[in-house]
Amino acid sequence: MSESIEELVSQEYKYGFTTNIETDTIPPGLNEDVVRLISKKKNEPEWLTEWRLKAFRHWLTLEEPRWPNLTYAKIDYQSISYYSAPKQVKKLDSLDEVDPILLETYEKLGISLTEQKRLSGVAVDAVFDSVSVATTFKETLKEKGIIFCSFSEAVQEHPDLVRKYLGSVVPSSDNYFAALNSAVFSDGSFCYIPKGVRCPMELSTYFRINASNTGQFERTLIVADDGAYVSYLEGCTAPMRDENQLHAAVVEIVAMDNAEVKYSTVQNWYAGDKDGKGGIYNFVTKRGKCAGVNSKISWTQVETGSAITWKYPSVILQGDNSIGEFYSVAVVNNRQDADTGTKMLHIGKNTRSTIVSKGISAGRGNNTYRGLVSIGKNATGSRNYTQCDSMLIGNKCSANTFPYIEVKNSSSSVEHEASTSKIGEDQIFYCKQRGINTENAISMIINGFAKEVFKNLPMEFAVEAQKLLGISLEGSVG
Amino acid sequence: MIEIKNLHANVNGKEILKGINLKVNAGEVHAIMGPNGSGKSTLAQVLSGHPAYQVTQGEVLFEGQDLLDMEPEERAHAGVFLAFQYPVEIPGVSNSYFLKAGLNEIRKSRGQEELDSFQFLKLLKEKMKVVEMDQSFINRPVNEGFSGGEKKRNEILQMAVLEPKLAILDETDSGLDIDALKIVSSGVNKLKSPSNATIVVTHYQRLLNYIVPDFVHVLVHGRIVKSGGKELALELEANGYDFIREEMLQSA
Repeated sequence: MSESIEELVSQEYKYGFTTNIETDTIPPGLNEDVVRLISKKKNEPEWLTEWRLKAFRHWLTLEEPRWPNLTYAKIDYQSISYYSAPKQVKKLDSLDEVDPILLETYEKLGISLTEQKRLSGVAVDAVFDSVSVATTFKETLKEKGIIFCSFSEAVQEHPDLVRKYLGSVVPSSDNYFAALNSAVFSDGSFCYIPKGVRCPMELSTYFRINASNTGQFERTLIVADDGAYVSYLEGCTAPMRDENQLHAAVVEIVAMDNAEVKYSTVQNWYAGDKDGKGGIYNFVTKRGKCAGVNSKISWTQVETGSAITWKYPSVILQGDNSIGEFYSVAVVNNRQDADTGTKMLHIGKNTRSTIVSKGISAGRGNNTYRGLVSIGKNATGSRNYTQCDSMLIGNKCSANTFPYIEVKNSSSSVEHEASTSKIGEDQIFYCKQRGINTENAISMIINGFAKEVFKNLPMEFAVEAQKLLGISLEGSVG
Repeated sequence: MIEIKNLHANVNGKEILKGINLKVNAGEVHAIMGPNGSGKSTLAQVLSGHPAYQVTQGEVLFEGQDLLDMEPEERAHAGVFLAFQYPVEIPGVSNSYFLKAGLNEIRKSRGQEELDSFQFLKLLKEKMKVVEMDQSFINRPVNEGFSGGEKKRNEILQMAVLEPKLAILDETDSGLDIDALKIVSSGVNKLKSPSNATIVVTHYQRLLNYIVPDFVHVLVHGRIVKSGGKELALELEANGYDFIREEMLQSA
């Protein structure tokens, strides 16, 4: 492990390359015609076009939120192109028809889309700019009745399911960025696990922003029916560019009676350079609904990329005895800003939630945890445990914690623990005295700090996340 | 093994070491004694390369190499080990992971093959017997929640695993009850060999009943003012550091 970290810390953001591929990109600008055009390009039914337009009209009445503890240049929504797709991506019957350049791009990212080459049991839906380019293992999953495909395909093939659940957790009017996404979302992943089925492999979406001057607005919808189980992974990268790019996604999860969904993210968008030039603006709405009794939704996220992060994966605990979990490691270095946390909304009886947030700030980074624990009047016997730890590296970074707690009944309990620590010269010296160099020492200390979160990630992901922390913090101690 | 010549060092601009001269050969145990604030711990920290101390004059040769020119980890690779007076906690990092990382870095620097987890665990378990440590410590986070005595024992365990050429024990006896003191001392004694050397920094003679030094040096105000055999420690114990101060005054 240590040798690989050493190797890795000496390299730059390795996913910063650009793929040269002919694209179908619509001109920058946003109005009703653009919304209609996107819908038409995707051959969508009337109701969906209307749904988008309603969202767009609502968006026009909203203002970009100013409450986050973030500093970034004003976004000019008219200068962004809202649709970009590699040409010739029509309907594909097999992976052999995928443009070899795209396959090569994903190979470079370490994601093999060629099924026979894949040894590990992970099915992948690959999203390139605005569209899904390939989904692997579809047939294998189909045998179990599992639907795993691009969002566009789901709209065509399973319109009833999409119509039933789209916007049922994150309404199109939910917030500024969710409304924008609802109007212009281009693709994403759709997943349905039928009653009583345990998904036999990890499902994964890999998001790649390639085209310049475009935004990525994908939507993911996961539905686990009664007694179903699925573990879902999300990975993201983007090229290094001098200008900022907008990413405003929506993820909705529905868990019915006794269902369980585990959603893990390793987010490694391009974070901008040392002076804060370039990087992705990541404004994401992720929410799960434990609709059924004894259901469980757990979010695990490792956030290292993005110039700006605005993200609060949440759980609505509606079913009695349902469980919500949020495990997060957020790292900011250089000029990165992150305002991230979660919301746990307890509605059903005896609902339980756990929040473990580990914030790491280095360079001139600014890291904010913002969380809401709300226990409603009828959520009797509910419990929440929150632990928020911050670690500072160097003297120019900052960490903030804003916990909001609302409890409306007397039989519930809420626990909140918080700590802030600094990687001390003494800790590093202690490691060095035992033969471990500074970079490895920091990586070790940080990984120890974040261990509670990593152990919730699937094995392969955990290893990747550990390496990623080492890279993100490279050079953070002078 | 190590030769310290006219070593001067500052911390926060204040001179603490004012010209230390000391030579330690392989197979020897040297005790550095002295009153509080005399510079004993500073000497230990400077030799292991703590960044808070600035060397302003003098030189230190370790097996002929310029020690002061080396990073702390390079000194560790060369075989210098410091048993900390206040061992540092590293939450979330297991004792075995930490120690394996250190050992493998040291082995790598010497062109030796790294140990895999099984080889390392075997070695660790053997060494744990030396300091009579319970195996539950293998997976506990480094020093976190350890009692004072457990921390010191853990230092000696690390020393046993890393097998340094020169071990510097900085007030290893402080905070130890008599039983722990015996265990720690016997651990140190078992690790002694003709090819390694030990510098024991201590305020009290007590530890030297168990780790018997070949030489005793008395450090006062940043200088070694008196050197002798192990009987010097007993003399100090009987008469306190005042008698040295008086001697100094008389000779001044």
